[in-house]
Amino acid sequence: MSTSAASTRATASGTTPRRRRRRWTFDKISFLAVFLGVPLIIYVVFVISPFIQSIYYSLTDWGGFSTTMNFVGLANFKELLSDDLFLTALRNNITLLIVLPVFTIVVALIFASLVTVAGSNRGAVRGLRNSSFYRVVSFFPYVIPGVVIGLIWAQVYDPSSGLLNGVLTKVGLHQFESYPWIGDERTALAASIFAMAWGGIGFYMVLFIAAIRGIEPELFEAMRIDGAGRWKTAMHLTMPMIRDNVQTAYIYLGIAALDGFVFMQALNPTGGPNNSTLVMGQVLFRTAFEHGKYGLATAMGVALSIVTLAFSALVFAVNRLLGAERDVAR
Amino acid sequence: MTTTTDLPLEPTVAPAHQERKVRDTPGERATAGVAHVVLIIWSIIVIAPMLWTLLSSFKTSREIFASPFKLPAALQFINYAHAWQQAGIGRAFINTVIVVGVAMVLVMMLGSMCSYVLARFQFFGRRAIYYLMLSGLTFPVFLAIVPLFYVLKNFGLLNTLPGLIITYVAFALPFTVFFLYAFFRTLPYELAEAAAIDGAGEWKTFFLVMLPMARPGIASVAIFNFLGLWNQFLLPVALNTTRSNWVLAQAVAAFASQAGYRTDFGMLFASVIITIVPVLAVYVIFQRQLQASVTAGSLK
Repeated sequence: MSTSAASTRATASGTTPRRRRRRWTFDKISFLAVFLGVPLIIYVVFVISPFIQSIYYSLTDWGGFSTTMNFVGLANFKELLSDDLFLTALRNNITLLIVLPVFTIVVALIFASLVTVAGSNRGAVRGLRNSSFYRVVSFFPYVIPGVVIGLIWAQVYDPSSGLLNGVLTKVGLHQFESYPWIGDERTALAASIFAMAWGGIGFYMVLFIAAIRGIEPELFEAMRIDGAGRWKTAMHLTMPMIRDNVQTAYIYLGIAALDGFVFMQALNPTGGPNNSTLVMGQVLFRTAFEHGKYGLATAMGVALSIVTLAFSALVFAVNRLLGAERDVAR
Repeated sequence: MTTTTDLPLEPTVAPAHQERKVRDTPGERATAGVAHVVLIIWSIIVIAPMLWTLLSSFKTSREIFASPFKLPAALQFINYAHAWQQAGIGRAFINTVIVVGVAMVLVMMLGSMCSYVLARFQFFGRRAIYYLMLSGLTFPVFLAIVPLFYVLKNFGLLNTLPGLIITYVAFALPFTVFFLYAFFRTLPYELAEAAAIDGAGEWKTFFLVMLPMARPGIASVAIFNFLGLWNQFLLPVALNTTRSNWVLAQAVAAFASQAGYRTDFGMLFASVIITIVPVLAVYVIFQRQLQASVTAGSLK
């Protein structure tokens, strides 16, 4: 006992903090079986197996009503490419994918910069006074359920009794007396995107504030001594230093934009005027659970995943390409 | 960065020790002023819809249609009673508390166990299992939803609360493991060794030594899981369609799909408020911790 204790101590205080291999005892085996086995089984059965099954189902003509299914290869994917409804939804998702992250990130970055560097211009860079109030308030929508955000904004956008038209009419813009923001093809998608961004801006603002605060103050000092103004500092110091955070934010938001199901379902369950806010998730959901075309629906799921993965890869690649010289700053 | 030799050429830079005495210049005050104005406008955009929702939840439908600004003539608490009973929000609220509560306990237990083993034991396939866990974060839930429907059906769990609970647990596991894995790796190894020397087995070491030490990490993940599960929408909508088993998100969404001239709008707004109150409470209590977790995540 005493020798093993001594040797354990020796390893523990060694340079590598690795746990030493020990013998397989009943205690350890039962421990591993329960601690690793149980979570792993649940995870594999309810997450991994459905993911894998869906790839197989997407290649069949499974209708759901019968238990038989035929292997049809890529026929489902061909059908998707000629399915107008799906293509409309795909187009809407791609619009979302471009507009939502850009809008959210730009606004969040502006707010984060205002909070962190809009203070006094002398000495150490200082943030805005009492800025924690803005942080706390802006972050709040992030915790509200998406479906509730959708419902609240559907009411705010209501043509006759909504808050937005009420405000616009009050300030004298009478053409908005009964303008249907999410009932008009021209504004439906934009209004929906704004509601989604409303929920996310505070979160990314907090994220960016943390990132900017993480930059060493000496760098700001140096920039200022070199005579750089706020704008130059933001573009040449802040932005390059937090680009990894921006990349992360872009990927999160992109994935949210490729989903969008919950917001769109709450704002416009029917897909909006002329399907202008229909998203892939809604089409998939209907195809599966209303029309019972399970093979086709899983093909949509696979397509959605491919777009999602391709998008993440693209963001990584672009950041890598643009950020080649950045490492000098670190 | 670049040199500091330019310093003498910059007479406007005040020496550090004078900072506190010098008042802000008009330019600086203007910048700060503009910043405040922009951020106050944003704060109003954030708060106004929520205040308006609260206000409307106390109005009659007629008052809601009459003017979006007018205060209610009398507080219509009846809206809350109607929402709770007629709209089934009460039932859904209780279902949500059960499902989220049980799923939370399970996912925190299983997640901390699994991440502890992955983080601190050496065995064959450890990395493979870790990456398998992470892969769950990469794919959209939509990919799994149709087969998942049949997996639950085969287990006889479709449209039941236990079925929903186990699905919640499974889908919350990857994030939980991912977060806690990093946390368990930072805990000092000496303590576990000391416990082993004192004769504690693996089980005791975990529950009496490691778990209490991981409490801050577990608290952060628990908050995120609570919010995530409370806000869950797709899983219940697809897998839990029996009306009496509905969770809040479904009950509230029902208003969206039936929206129109028949909707009782006071009841709708009351339902929305009932759904927000728990997350608001969590937010107010854990606001600091939440933002700190976001911060910690971003500085990694």
